[in-house]
Amino acid sequence: MIESWLIDPFVEFAFMRRALAGSLALSLGAAPIGVFLMLRNMSLAGDAIAHAILPGAAIGYLLAGLSLPAMTGGGLVAGLAVALIAGGVARATQLREDASLSAVYLISLAVGVMIISMSGGSVDLMNVLFGNVLALDNATLLLLASISTLTLLSLALGYRPLVLECVDPAFLRSVSRASPLAHFGFLVLLVLNLVAGFHALGTLMAVGMMILPAGCARLWHQDLVPMLATAVATALLGTVSGLLLSFHAGLPSGPAIVLALGALYLLSLLASPVGGLARRLRPRWHYTS
Amino acid sequence: MTRPVLAFDNLTLGYDRHPVVHHLHGEIGQGTLLALIGPNGAGKSTLLKSIAGELPPIEGHILRRDPAPDGFAYLPQQAALDPAFPISVGDLVAMGLWRHLGLFGGLGRSGRRRLEQALAEVGLTGFERRPIGTLSGGQLQRARFARLLLQDAPLILLDEPYAAVDAQTVDDMAQLVRRWHQEGRTVIAVLHDLEHVRNHYPEALLLAREAIARGPVGDVLSPANLSRARRLAEAFDEHAPVCHRHAEAA
Repeated sequence: MIESWLIDPFVEFAFMRRALAGSLALSLGAAPIGVFLMLRNMSLAGDAIAHAILPGAAIGYLLAGLSLPAMTGGGLVAGLAVALIAGGVARATQLREDASLSAVYLISLAVGVMIISMSGGSVDLMNVLFGNVLALDNATLLLLASISTLTLLSLALGYRPLVLECVDPAFLRSVSRASPLAHFGFLVLLVLNLVAGFHALGTLMAVGMMILPAGCARLWHQDLVPMLATAVATALLGTVSGLLLSFHAGLPSGPAIVLALGALYLLSLLASPVGGLARRLRPRWHYTS
Repeated sequence: MTRPVLAFDNLTLGYDRHPVVHHLHGEIGQGTLLALIGPNGAGKSTLLKSIAGELPPIEGHILRRDPAPDGFAYLPQQAALDPAFPISVGDLVAMGLWRHLGLFGGLGRSGRRRLEQALAEVGLTGFERRPIGTLSGGQLQRARFARLLLQDAPLILLDEPYAAVDAQTVDDMAQLVRRWHQEGRTVIAVLHDLEHVRNHYPEALLLAREAIARGPVGDVLSPANLSRARRLAEAFDEHAPVCHRHAEAA
């Protein structure tokens, strides 16, 4: 009974299998990026960059209709431009990264909305805003898989510089020239994964695939490697649960996935003995040294 | 003087056109153990940062005899490190072997032995698996010294290495510095505790934007020099006229 509830939708429907494959690709790429994003105190920056993708994708949509290359390219250019300009401004001027990012992403958002309204068309932006993981075609699946492959390879290659850039950037700068590469390379991976996410979850919720699993993992672990593994596992569990929930209850898939991830986050908040509220309920004895 | 490892040629460093180190000349010989002293705002940390390549000069040059990236090891002020990051003491210290490990290299048996030895030398045996967030300020500083040990550099730059650590830690770390000096390494340390400087350092450079005095510690730390340094370091003027000394020199 439970087995058929869990498995049948994927056996019977090709679109569910495609959604599953897409979710798998997204989880593998976005969740580790989310962990680093959180550890660098950039969770909200990720959100801002995700919003900055919207106008780029919308412009692509206006120019070429519902075309994968146009919307992906537009989103990529807008997201990268915002991330790189904001990062560059923070490095070259007195502004901190959060301030410069807010400024640049707001400008980008306004430009996008302006272009859309000037074109006068009633553009259906629902797809860009909320994505549709149940309607992934071959080309999109290939894109998601490529992005997650590239992400995992890059993270494996740049793991040490990236960790050092997070924990002790001054030391990294003193031993190697990899610091700017680690910084900007990470931003590029972030934007790539946000673009992958917007095809499935839309620009508003793409960052959910990063931050919610990362938050869960941080609550359960003190070490980085298990944290990365748990984040990926959480992302997978959340997306599969969300897909099933969406299928059986007839709910929109994007919000169902994010809500399932949210439920796992809530559970971690309450139950984790490492970083969650459960820690406060422990008996109040202490060690002698 | 022995062969210089560092030379300052008309070096001016600063922020937003205001000089923090002003027209500094001089050389530092190999094997020198030099205390860099002066009031707050005298340019000590700025000078160290620039030697480490973090801050380009406004004017003049710093010449390092060994320009390779592993030609020096730099211990910036403690604030630069994020203690909340989930990394173990062992992993943090092992980063000192960066040059040998590269992107993928494992520690190997000899690397592991060197890591254990470095941890033992700073008194952190048994701390290898502890997250850095659980260390006290003094223990974290010991870990950073262990990383310096592994870097094995001929030139070592220490920026206020003993700020906010207890007397025992200062003694232990000072012993490491002494050993580095005996091994013929060049050590430059920014320090505020003049008593410590008198006891442990043969030579000092008193900085107050300009070099006030350089030489044996006893001579440099004269009351006249110290009061002159204090006066000069406080003389920041938002509306100071443009400096034309470079034009005169040219």
